[in-house]
Amino acid sequence: MASLDRVDRSADPSIIRADHLEVAYKDKVVWHDATFEVRRGEFVALIGPNGAGKTTLFRLLLGLRRPTRGSLTVFGSTPRRGNRRIGYVPQRHTVDNDTHVAAEVLVRLGASGYRWGPQFTFRHEKAAAREALEAVNATELGGTSLGSLSGGELQRIFLAEALVGNPEMLLLDEPLSNLDIRRARELVEVVHSLVRHRRVTTLLVAHDINPLIECLDKVIYIANGHVATGTPEEVLTSSSLTELYGVPVEVLHDSRGNIVIVGGEDPHEPERP
Amino acid sequence: MSGSGLPWSWNIVTDIRLMWSFAFIQNAYEAGTIIAIVAGIVGYFVVLRRSAFATHALGHVGFSGAAGAVVFGVNPVYGLLLFTMGGGTGMALLGRRAATRDIEIGTVLAFMLGLGLLFLSLYHGFATEAYAILFGEILGISPAQVAFTFEASLVVLAVLVVIYRPLLFSSLDEDVAEARGLPMLALGLAFMLMLAIAISIAVQVIGVLLIFALMVTPAAVAVRLTRRPLTAVIVSVLVAVVCTWLGIFVAVFQGQFPVSFFIVTFAFGIYVIVRGALALGQAVTNVRRRGGARYLGRTLFSGLIRRG
Repeated sequence: MASLDRVDRSADPSIIRADHLEVAYKDKVVWHDATFEVRRGEFVALIGPNGAGKTTLFRLLLGLRRPTRGSLTVFGSTPRRGNRRIGYVPQRHTVDNDTHVAAEVLVRLGASGYRWGPQFTFRHEKAAAREALEAVNATELGGTSLGSLSGGELQRIFLAEALVGNPEMLLLDEPLSNLDIRRARELVEVVHSLVRHRRVTTLLVAHDINPLIECLDKVIYIANGHVATGTPEEVLTSSSLTELYGVPVEVLHDSRGNIVIVGGEDPHEPERP
Repeated sequence: MSGSGLPWSWNIVTDIRLMWSFAFIQNAYEAGTIIAIVAGIVGYFVVLRRSAFATHALGHVGFSGAAGAVVFGVNPVYGLLLFTMGGGTGMALLGRRAATRDIEIGTVLAFMLGLGLLFLSLYHGFATEAYAILFGEILGISPAQVAFTFEASLVVLAVLVVIYRPLLFSSLDEDVAEARGLPMLALGLAFMLMLAIAISIAVQVIGVLLIFALMVTPAAVAVRLTRRPLTAVIVSVLVAVVCTWLGIFVAVFQGQFPVSFFIVTFAFGIYVIVRGALALGQAVTNVRRRGGARYLGRTLFSGLIRRG
């Protein structure tokens, strides 16, 4: 089950450094005492039940929210909004199916959408969009209208939109939800090849770790107000998750190496904004 | 323009020349063209941002502003601007999903319509003024109003040139645009203010009740015809301008029905034709893909058999 191409990255520069980090909405602490590090070129999964605060971590990294305690640095400095070294795919279920705009337009806006004033040349922008679409195997989708794309196709377009400015880090929020197993694996392959070939550091929020498990360098598991990090082998064990949740949790393996976590998920836990 | 229209000859050139000899028709064409251009462009963003109901509501909010201005003896367009810009600012400050808050917006707009009604009842020329605000009176537009319309639209277009791409980005993908550092509140506010100005000047042509025909229908046609934003904006402007030109043209020669009726009818007609043609085209491709006439015959035949 161990990743075949996992390499020792302890010598690579640190991209994210969190030290005793705590975040709260009003008085309610979402999670606290999170200490971890993400190095350049790592593929990291953020796992945990609904409302545990996975998206909140992304909002901290994007500079859209401030931690209540502890310190967080991204690329060696405090996170700030509009950092172009970060490509972001937010959690989204669909686009309205009457959005009559070509997918390529969205990808091009990923490259130029933050620029004010009139624009006179489009050559550079077009080339960048073509390259990003190629990188996610979506060249043929460029002319299709966003509203008529399937879930998997849409995720690839969002990925291209995030990728078009050549970011050094990708934050992908639940790109696999609403995809069937085959589409999910296809998307993971695309992301994995970006991580390996372009050395794009990638954090991916997922509900189910199984489509990812073979590619991951690290897992950040958020549950019950606590954050656990380490390699999948270290984090995804009965003892480590029992400690995290504070209730008995069992990690089971099936014959193909798939993982089932029993006892941790509370299906009735309300979704946090 | 009550009574009969201009004498119609079958020589279009003579007709246009005749029409052009009337200053009030020239004024109507100038103002109508400017307004159609602005409405067509802003309308594209209305469709993209799904703000059609907000547009409708701002028109109604403007109604009470215009009626209030009439009571105080001010040009109605200033009352319109004041109220629509106030309403637009409120909606923008309500936050990102304001455009879809139907219930709140609907509650406010009902009250604003009532307020407008009160203002009009306080005024003696109730019927004519109400008619002009509700349905437009482009043939009564003065040269000063044309000049004001021109200046207001220059402001809208200048702002739009500056914010075009960020606005497009934030309309299509709010979350990413926000993470990219775009000022979402300022963009939302700028859009609402542009919308307010566009509505205020468009009311002169089409009135608050028919605002949809100029602000939404042309853009709705455009997005069906192209997936490129810039092309869609151009198509939307063309549709709006053609409807306005034809509307005024037919109205002055027909002489009895109001201009707004014709503009709305042309807009509706174009919309129906485009949607119909696209649906037909889709049906034809579907039939072809499934084996042409044989498929059609088979479906009809099996339908008959099942019935029998």
